[in-house]
Amino acid sequence: MDRNVMEEIKNEIAANKIVIYMKGTKEMPRCGFSAAAVEVLRTYGVPFKDINVLEDPEKWQAIKQHSDWPTIPQIYIGGEFVGGSDIVREMHAKGELEPIVRKATGTS
Amino acid sequence: MFDAEELRRRVAEALPDSRITIRDMVGDGDHYEMVVVSAAFEGKNTLERHRLVYAPLKGVLGGSLHALALKTLAPSEAA
Repeated sequence: MDRNVMEEIKNEIAANKIVIYMKGTKEMPRCGFSAAAVEVLRTYGVPFKDINVLEDPEKWQAIKQHSDWPTIPQIYIGGEFVGGSDIVREMHAKGELEPIVRKATGTS
Repeated sequence: MFDAEELRRRVAEALPDSRITIRDMVGDGDHYEMVVVSAAFEGKNTLERHRLVYAPLKGVLGGSLHALALKTLAPSEAA
């Protein structure tokens, strides 16, 4: 029982170009805010890793600390915390998100 | 449940110049939409702006305040 959740999070955001910590899965989101963020990420046609915090309360607490951010979903791109649902939607609408996604994933 | 006036009070205290509009999206005192206009947002990106609004809601947001759809505008963008 010496789980290091912070370490797991660091590994997840290092190993995956885009990670979303969310309620539910990308196939079946369990919250409108998570669903909306997944919807945005899908538009870019790049792979992203989903982590369901509803199945892992310990990680749910840890990710809030890691990002110093109180709510779910939380999106990491290229190892950096980008924000929650409102932020990715707003950045997407303004055309600010795509360059970050393209740069992190090496796509165009 | 979280009182809309308490939400307004906390944000107004943190951002005294702000103009705040709050809408209870489903009428359950739990899902709010809030628009905040403040000069403090000038020159800041969305993440930094949201952190400014979240600061006075520490311990509440994600707890008794379940959902807050937030939009932040600098005065020059709100015209």
